[in-house]
Amino acid sequence: MARAVSTGQKSLNTAIAGTLGLVMFFPVLWILILSFKTEENAIRAPLEVLFGSGWTLDSFAAVQARSDYFKHFSNSVVISVGSTFLGLLIAVPAAWSMAFVPTKHTKNVLMWMLSTKMLPPVGVLIPIYLIFRDFGLLDTRIGLVIVLMLMNLPIIVWMLYTYFKEIPGEILEAARMDGASLREEILYVLTPMAIPGMASTVLLNVILSWNEAFWTLQLTTSDAAPLTQFIASYSSPEGLFYAKLSAASIMAIAPILIMGWFSQKQLVRGLTFGAVK
Amino acid sequence: MATKASRAAARTMISPAVILLLGWMIIPLSLTIYFSFLRYNLITPTGNPFVGWENYYWFVTDPSFKAAMLNTLVLVGGVLLITVVGGVMFALLLDRPMFGQGVIRIMVIAPFFVMPTVSGLVWKNMFMNPVNGIFGHIAKAFGAPPIDFFGQIPLLSIIIIVSWMWLPFATLIIFTAMQSLDQEQLEAAEMDGAKWPSRFIFIMVPHLSRSITVVILIQTIFLLSIFAEILVTTNGGPGVSTTNLTYLIYVSSLLQFDVGMGSAGGVIAIILANIVAIFLMRMIGKNLDA
Repeated sequence: MARAVSTGQKSLNTAIAGTLGLVMFFPVLWILILSFKTEENAIRAPLEVLFGSGWTLDSFAAVQARSDYFKHFSNSVVISVGSTFLGLLIAVPAAWSMAFVPTKHTKNVLMWMLSTKMLPPVGVLIPIYLIFRDFGLLDTRIGLVIVLMLMNLPIIVWMLYTYFKEIPGEILEAARMDGASLREEILYVLTPMAIPGMASTVLLNVILSWNEAFWTLQLTTSDAAPLTQFIASYSSPEGLFYAKLSAASIMAIAPILIMGWFSQKQLVRGLTFGAVK
Repeated sequence: MATKASRAAARTMISPAVILLLGWMIIPLSLTIYFSFLRYNLITPTGNPFVGWENYYWFVTDPSFKAAMLNTLVLVGGVLLITVVGGVMFALLLDRPMFGQGVIRIMVIAPFFVMPTVSGLVWKNMFMNPVNGIFGHIAKAFGAPPIDFFGQIPLLSIIIIVSWMWLPFATLIIFTAMQSLDQEQLEAAEMDGAKWPSRFIFIMVPHLSRSITVVILIQTIFLLSIFAEILVTTNGGPGVSTTNLTYLIYVSSLLQFDVGMGSAGGVIAIILANIVAIFLMRMIGKNLDA
């Protein structure tokens, strides 16, 4: 039985938690506000920014003019979506077979896949950089798609495996008894039941690849540079640039922020490899 | 029962993933180890002779290595302390009855979805800049001298930024674990006269210890590789005061083009991460059996 809680107590809780939430969210809120200010007004004291004049939409256009936002945006989309779906293509059969046809090696294979994720990227920076240089993959989208796919493949396999595990094997056996071939079994029985889990997996991995900031910074310079690199170009000072930086930042994080809100639960499952449920 | 045919099919289906990951692990890893024993610089061709442990010797005895190890330790430890303590507090708060809990939770979690280069630059410019940043404006309003964050307390500034990004992760995981806590157990303890502190210490903490361990281990793996936040804010400076191991290896590899030295550093980073990974893997493996 849940206990009755007085409205006063509830309001107090709301006030405390709401304040903390606002503090955590404030940086995002602040750049959203600054992105609508002129450069001269964006550097003023907080109260003047809030209640002063100088509201404009110019910064968004300025960002596009300065370094072609849309090019980097489309690079981010291609790289994050591409690597996720390529990973899915490879991971679905693997996770399917481990979940439904487990052998005595299955656990070891899963744990070994996970261990590849523990490899610090900087440990293999030089070989990957040199291989990329020799194969002409530096600053190409296909190169990043491959690297990020390999980075996230263990997470994709693991997430799919935990979702597939929850599908009752009896249903598949029944389908087999009724004479379904392996192809029909996957297409008509497994897929419809697996789609929610697959959707969550896609969502989380697009987010992770979108925000990946080691390989994207090391392996791209301009042509294939996604939004992480595009934002990093603002790290060298250039006169007044707060409004522009804010507008660029908002445009870089907004899509993922919205996706992220839908994937809170999957985040826990995907990033703890089932260790916390 | 799995048939012989379905087992063969299963092997075929699993092999692409296994082969790819095997290649991804073995090829670069063995190259890193191989390079670490060569005198190999991309700018000054030396014929890449085998030099044994020389790279390791120079990498480890370089004063910046000691500094980088210490910085890595302080950075990881500081962020862990802030995020775990803060995460437990946030989770406790969010777990209480309130209005609009969904909205508040979303606000708390949002920083996790902000890409590292954005958080680094936004904190550096809009908050920590001594002249135009919000903290500077607040100091001025109170007539206090503004803090030059990246000049006076560079490493702490990085810790603040990284903690802001990882606090949501800790909160979310501990909050998830808290929801599986048996409420009746808490109520029974309350009826038996246990006050809040003892309920917290004897019921909640033991229940949460597992998820806290997971948070610590997973965050450590990621925090050892912090890179973008340092690159866009301090470039490892002033001096080497914000250079962590990852950044030091980046400097010797891609800025000084010293393949041998960078690889030796890479091997050290791998060993370091593996020490943490062993504990994490053991915990996850146990869960897989259950």
